Amino acid sequence: MAHRAVALGPLRWTGTAAAVLVVALVLGTLAAVASRAGSGAALASADVAAVLFTLQQAAVSAVLSVALAVPVARALARRRFAGRRALVALMGAPFILPVIVAVFGLLAIFGRGGLLNAGLGALGLGPVSVYGFGGVVLANVFFNLPLATRLILQGWSAIPAERFRLAATLNAPVGRLLERPMLRDVLPGAALAIFLICLASFAVALILGGGPRATTVEVAIFQALRFDFDPAKAALLALVQVALCTVAAGLAGLVTVPAAFGPGLDRVPARWDGRGRGARLADGAAIALAAAFLLAPLAMVVAQGFVGLGQLPLQVWPAALRSLAVALSASVLAVGLALAMALRGGALVQVAGVLPLASSALVMGTGLFVLSHGWLDPGHIALPATALVNAAASLPFAFRALAPAVGRIEAAHGPLADTLGLTGWPRLRWLYLPRLRGELGFAAGLSAALSVGDLGVITLFAGPDSATLPLVMYRLMGSYRLQAAAGVALMLLAMALAVFWAFDRGGRGHAAA
Amino acid sequence: MKKILTLASVAGLCLIAQAAVADTPVLTVYTYDSFAADWGPGPQIKSGFEETCGCTVKFVTAGDGAALLSRLELEGAAGRADVAVGLDTSLIARARETGLFATSGVGESYDMPVAWDDPVFVPFDWGYFAFVANKGAPEVHSFKELAASNIKIVIEDPRSSTPGLGLLLWVKKAYGDGAAKIWADLADNIVTVTPGWDQAYGLFLNGEADAVLSYSTSPAYHLIAENDPSKVAWTFDEGQYMQIEVAARMAASKQPDLAQKFLAYLVSDKAQAVIPTTNWMYPVVMPKEGLPKGFEMPVAPDKALLMSPDEAAAARDGALEEWRTALSR
Amino acid sequence: MLRLEAVRIVQDDFALTADFTLPPAAVTAVLGPSGAGKSTLLGAIAGFVAPAAGRILWEGRDLTPLPPGARPVSILFQDNNLFPHLDIARNVALAITPAARPGPDVTDRVHAALAQLGLQGMEGRRPGALSGGQQSRAALARVLVAGRPVVLLDEPFAALGPALRAELLDLTRAQLLAAGCSVLMVTHDPADAARIADHAIVVAEGKVSPPAPTSALLADPPPALRAYLGQP
Repeated sequence: MAHRAVALGPLRWTGTAAAVLVVALVLGTLAAVASRAGSGAALASADVAAVLFTLQQAAVSAVLSVALAVPVARALARRRFAGRRALVALMGAPFILPVIVAVFGLLAIFGRGGLLNAGLGALGLGPVSVYGFGGVVLANVFFNLPLATRLILQGWSAIPAERFRLAATLNAPVGRLLERPMLRDVLPGAALAIFLICLASFAVALILGGGPRATTVEVAIFQALRFDFDPAKAALLALVQVALCTVAAGLAGLVTVPAAFGPGLDRVPARWDGRGRGARLADGAAIALAAAFLLAPLAMVVAQGFVGLGQLPLQVWPAALRSLAVALSASVLAVGLALAMALRGGALVQVAGVLPLASSALVMGTGLFVLSHGWLDPGHIALPATALVNAAASLPFAFRALAPAVGRIEAAHGPLADTLGLTGWPRLRWLYLPRLRGELGFAAGLSAALSVGDLGVITLFAGPDSATLPLVMYRLMGSYRLQAAAGVALMLLAMALAVFWAFDRGGRGHAAA
Repeated sequence: MKKILTLASVAGLCLIAQAAVADTPVLTVYTYDSFAADWGPGPQIKSGFEETCGCTVKFVTAGDGAALLSRLELEGAAGRADVAVGLDTSLIARARETGLFATSGVGESYDMPVAWDDPVFVPFDWGYFAFVANKGAPEVHSFKELAASNIKIVIEDPRSSTPGLGLLLWVKKAYGDGAAKIWADLADNIVTVTPGWDQAYGLFLNGEADAVLSYSTSPAYHLIAENDPSKVAWTFDEGQYMQIEVAARMAASKQPDLAQKFLAYLVSDKAQAVIPTTNWMYPVVMPKEGLPKGFEMPVAPDKALLMSPDEAAAARDGALEEWRTALSR
Repeated sequence: MLRLEAVRIVQDDFALTADFTLPPAAVTAVLGPSGAGKSTLLGAIAGFVAPAAGRILWEGRDLTPLPPGARPVSILFQDNNLFPHLDIARNVALAITPAARPGPDVTDRVHAALAQLGLQGMEGRRPGALSGGQQSRAALARVLVAGRPVVLLDEPFAALGPALRAELLDLTRAQLLAAGCSVLMVTHDPADAARIADHAIVVAEGKVSPPAPTSALLADPPPALRAYLGQP
């Protein structure tokens, strides 16, 4: 791709700078933490157990998410029905939900006092417990099933409609001829992507873990920083997490990671297979079960939230504005960095594009704190620092949405741009930006939505007057005010969906052929 | 795009405006989130102290007591804090080691079940850890009874939360070498272990467990703030473990006198009267009008358990390992 | 004058050598079997394929180190000759300047070129709103406006019907020769070559034959071309 370097001109350096910035943010903050005094002791046996548990839950969650996503994606790929588009969009909601909100939604269905056990009890059946290894996996599948479905659905959409036509005229088995090879290509990459996400598994999901066996590296980091104040050890653990992620990302480089994670899943090609009653029943069941699994907890979040809306304290409104400002800044930052990196391409950006997945927000925030301390008032940089960390957290997703699209644009229109001598900024202005509009909207919406729901590092910096909405929610939870917190959770859900919808919609508007 | 930039810069400007320097001296108080929250004791204590001090109180917050101490340690001697409010007995040994805190200069006689003569750390409220449950549900009154029952409980992780650590030390103090056995027997009663108090309490309120490790004053919150008398705190025959929350002034403070005045105000009658129904803990000095309904003492003072800071620091790692081993089976 | 001097193109196990001078101000057809390297040859001249050896000279100046946009060469591909997201006036104007608001002189030239090709009144339309023939005309207008002396045609009209294709070939020849361009045109159809090309070269068996008059070449094809044309 020496050729692309010429075409990009100075833009290439922007991409390099963006990638270096991301790597520096992850490793630099880690180094800053390590520079603080601490024992730097080697990993204890408890830490090794945490590493093993982390790997184990990530692996099982990844395999299960992908396995369950296959029938759902197949059903969505070959069925047209009213509300399909809305369903695909809504099924992505767990992914952008604040983790604690999602966990409480899940428990309202699957918990000891949840609907499932109430139903079982009515039938005279004993209660089932969700807590334990199964609970952690359940939460991970809940968060990642939408992503897996999207990745696999993309694989199905990438099979040209003509192939289905050909298969139909030959009366050939679509499954063996077209779908199985596609799945062979797509599944390993999708599983690895989810494995990576689960590696830095949300500590809060450990509520479902049932006890100290369900301890991840992130918990060990928390303990090292908060209770032992041993920054060197926290940094060592963070480094282990980064190393695990880098190895997994390296593996992901060996298999084909699904080409795209982006918009445009609305088209359903005409199909001639799967018209039997059995296939239709199976597809209907897959869609109904997945929708129920993903949407029922959301419905509980909404139901519980409505009760709390009347008790919202006044400070939720300025907090909502601050959250919006943080989300928009994080979104612009994440998409800007991801675009610069996607345009540049190459090994450096591939690494920088996944590295933030492995980074611990606590370590990153503490590192930023150490770096800024002494010359910046933490209160002043609370919101910028939160936006920066949130941007880093959503960067991998924005990058995945943009990078394959850049490749496609380059293949289709690069030669024309080359003959016209469109390099550097004009190439961005006339070719990439307009052609990437849909992907940019999607990436910006996703980043903003993730940021709205993310507590990020605000707790490390914020004074009482610069709280974001998630922080207000945690503060309410920490003061017995659960109903009000549920109201805030509903606000967060609505805001996350709204910003995603607005950006995604903006990207699609005027999207001419 | 322009709009986004405008929004971001508005947010930035607000922050700068808010930090605009006032001409009165500013006392910077580091505390935990819920202390400074609108519904916490912070706002009333701030306005009460400002009436007399001719200064402005500025709160800077961290997530909880442990996060607060970590932040103070990160900032080190170059920190901006004048006073820290909200460390607790389990953090004192670590806090003392940092050398960041100065002698308080406040000597008060406190109404607590244990004597207090620490020259540096000033207590400002205290409570008993207790299991909280719904009234009318089966009750137990010792760890042994609890372990023998089918009652399901939620507890907090001693590696990431103060109540979790409190429970760990409670069992250790009550049972010593027998603590491991108690934990092993309790294992099947524990629904789950949460990273923090708020999640555990949320699980309990959502019906995920019969009881939760919280404070003996938790039912008072429901009674007074929500007019809901349905919660009860169990008292245990082994005794009730205490948590004492403390404040201290920083050695590096440039306003040592003002900081000392603030500590004195914190244990004054006026500030102490605010504590019960905002921080939902017992005051360290009994207010003139006494305690609100719901704050009746659950146990006699001789049932109060507490390890000294040094004792707690020495016991922690071993107890943690016992806990981890027993619950990992 | 465009000259290929001992050019050798290597891609994996494919190799092609070329050594010829393109007849100036004339149309030269590129004939040869599929996969022989006709498009690759054009790619080398346009700057998309770097030759392993040899030089490509324009007026004695070596073009090989130059990127595509810096060469005195325009090219029309089989498809994607216009950006689908820009109207055709903007598409044509990009051949002159990437400025967001081009000056009146640029606009005038663009409009004149579009009018010359029968597209007046359609300046504001995007390619998707034009017929295949109109798209080809817009692309041709872009080449004319670019004003580069060498024009490469890589079967840009292959998807059009016979009558429309013949019409566009005639139009292309007339317009480009009037502008003084040297044209190199890949085609599958000897009739197209006979219709508009003065000269023809044959790409076959890893070699490029030197230009010969089209009529003479088609009357007495060399063996490689003979096989391709299906003649005994």
